[in-house]
Amino acid sequence: MFVIFTHLADWLVFTQLGLAHGTKFSDALHFFVEDVSKIFVLLTVIIFVVGMLRTLMTPERLRHALAGRRRGPAYGLAGLLGAVTPFCSCSAVPLFIGLLEAGVPMGVTMTFLITSPMVNEVAVVMLLALLGWKLTALYFGTGMVVGIVGGLLIDALGLERYVEDYVWKIRMGQVAELAADLSLKGRMAYGWLQVREILGRVWLYVLIGIGVGAGLHGYVPADFFLRHAGPDNPFAVPLAVLAGVPLYSNAAGMIPIVEALLGKGLPVGTVLALMMSVTALSLPEMMILRKVLKLPMLAFFAAYLAIAFMVVGYLFNFILG
Amino acid sequence: MKQIKVLGSGCRNCVNTAKLITDKAEALGVAVEIEKVTDMATIMSYGVMSTPGVVIDGVVVHAGGVPAPAAVEGWLRG
Repeated sequence: MFVIFTHLADWLVFTQLGLAHGTKFSDALHFFVEDVSKIFVLLTVIIFVVGMLRTLMTPERLRHALAGRRRGPAYGLAGLLGAVTPFCSCSAVPLFIGLLEAGVPMGVTMTFLITSPMVNEVAVVMLLALLGWKLTALYFGTGMVVGIVGGLLIDALGLERYVEDYVWKIRMGQVAELAADLSLKGRMAYGWLQVREILGRVWLYVLIGIGVGAGLHGYVPADFFLRHAGPDNPFAVPLAVLAGVPLYSNAAGMIPIVEALLGKGLPVGTVLALMMSVTALSLPEMMILRKVLKLPMLAFFAAYLAIAFMVVGYLFNFILG
Repeated sequence: MKQIKVLGSGCRNCVNTAKLITDKAEALGVAVEIEKVTDMATIMSYGVMSTPGVVIDGVVVHAGGVPAPAAVEGWLRG
């Protein structure tokens, strides 16, 4: 099904530009052309279809779905909702306050905030298309577990006391229920709006991601990563997590890099740890959350994620290695 | 004169929303007064959890994402 994009890249790079097979430049360019065409076509289709299906899933409904639920199921539900809710980190603060105000436990709210950037339909479909269902299931499952365990820990340790005081004083007005246009035409219009908005937000990350992936693919010698970050290096996993902290990208931009790194023979666990760290553990995200969380909570949050990603990395390297 | 409030913490989507409304109002010749609300407590008092939100004459008409141009025209004409 995706062979067409390989043919397109073949045609452009080898036939039209007349480049020779097997040089560093033509390898990199081929990877770039193939991934750019494939990923942008995929993204457009996925976002459109999911947008059409999602006309009903607003944060206001999310709040309703999570409020007043028994704790046990709420964590799992928050994780799943995190995966299907459109989420932009600029909405993290009002969402956080809105959920707490509705009486949703802090831990459940944090579960949502952890899984939302890490696991989403875009990441899932792109992983499926580029790397197969096993890795997709692995990524989805671990993203959920990391989010749910994080939420449980936060509640067990009573970290609610590290929420900024002003948050508890905010009273929400009557939640606005806006009538959505649910006709086919209305849903399609919404789908296109989502495509424009999400692509507008992520295209640069995706292009940079593909560029880096193409560079790695063409120019980095095949054994470079194996020598430095291969299965024999016990520090490869923590290094991957650390490398992800200053870097920020959304899941869509990270996947071409993952593809290239796996192609160079890096172990799956190390690569997953890097991907999770880049998407979920980042300075800009922390700065936004600092508005509602006091420093000790933020430090716990960052430390928990870092440790969780390392555990995930080692575990999968061990199981699959 | 329509009193329009754009609710949002100042992210790019909020800026785009305010600009879209300003441009549409100008094109349609509707007199509007646009105010950007960035204070979180005020935003939440409207019951809006996803920004940007749009409030026209005290009524929330939109929450979450840049609104569709056609919708903006509808609010301004209505």
